[in-house]
Amino acid sequence: MAFVDSEVSGGTQADQDALSVKIVVAGGFGVGKTTFVGAVSEIEPLRTEALMTEASTSVDDLSMLPEKRTTTVAMDFGRITLADDLVLYLFGTPGQNRFWFMWDDITRGAIGAVVLVDTRRLADCFGAIDYVEQRGIPFVVALNAFNGVQEHDVEDVRDALQVGPEVPFVVTDARERESVKVVLVTLVEHAMSLIQQP
Amino acid sequence: MAAPDGRRVRPYLATRGRTRPVQDIAIEALVSTTKDGRTHGADPEPERERILRLCHSPRSVAEVAAIVSMPLGVARVLVADLETEGLVRVADPHAAFAGSAEPARNLSVLERVRDGLRRL
Repeated sequence: MAFVDSEVSGGTQADQDALSVKIVVAGGFGVGKTTFVGAVSEIEPLRTEALMTEASTSVDDLSMLPEKRTTTVAMDFGRITLADDLVLYLFGTPGQNRFWFMWDDITRGAIGAVVLVDTRRLADCFGAIDYVEQRGIPFVVALNAFNGVQEHDVEDVRDALQVGPEVPFVVTDARERESVKVVLVTLVEHAMSLIQQP
Repeated sequence: MAAPDGRRVRPYLATRGRTRPVQDIAIEALVSTTKDGRTHGADPEPERERILRLCHSPRSVAEVAAIVSMPLGVARVLVADLETEGLVRVADPHAAFAGSAEPARNLSVLERVRDGLRRL
């Protein structure tokens, strides 16, 4: 085993001792999650898939035997090397909210979540907000501004989403690297504030 | 791996004495090929061989799955098996912080993430 390497080698094998952390990018289908990830990732966003066996009962099936079918759940992700020994991964959630089992995997141990919102389709993000609120995952709401969202719209959206004043709202353009960076920094600072004020 | 009669056996069907449930391996856990893994020679199982080559520089389990084109669950099993055999090391961020706050709730880690993002 490689315990000796990891405990003793110190800085000489920094790449082997790197710490990886992750941020979740959640939101409805087609809201721009992969675009958001791609704007800051050092690699083209990769796609990983999980197989899920769903029991489904067909109403047309007179035998009423549940049939199983395998569904592929895809999520896109990117990577940012922040230092020799620190890597940040950005994981987009699967577009279809019914794959909650996958969300547990993605969010476990995450710094927090960016809930990306298209103001024309607010309801698409309800599931994501419910999920992160119920599990106490730090999150920020990012309004994707490709639709020309104005700053004064933000409080209206906050009211509509029924999200408390402690949650940061940011207007962003998921295509713009600098804009995405601001969202990520806002999330990390929010997560820090939750530690300082438990 | 090949069965005695020459049939090809999917390695993820075997349990091989793993010490932890594979689902416990975080998707962002970094996998790196150990010295033993580098000198292992070509593995008869092409997917294992690709993982050993890929992880000469550390890659997350999610990257392994995406780049080797296998479902996440299969990648986890293969990585866990390679770890059990000492051919890769898995730097699980949660295990590294066992007993203290996990990295995502560790203030100094978060400061480094924030500062790193600002420098991008």
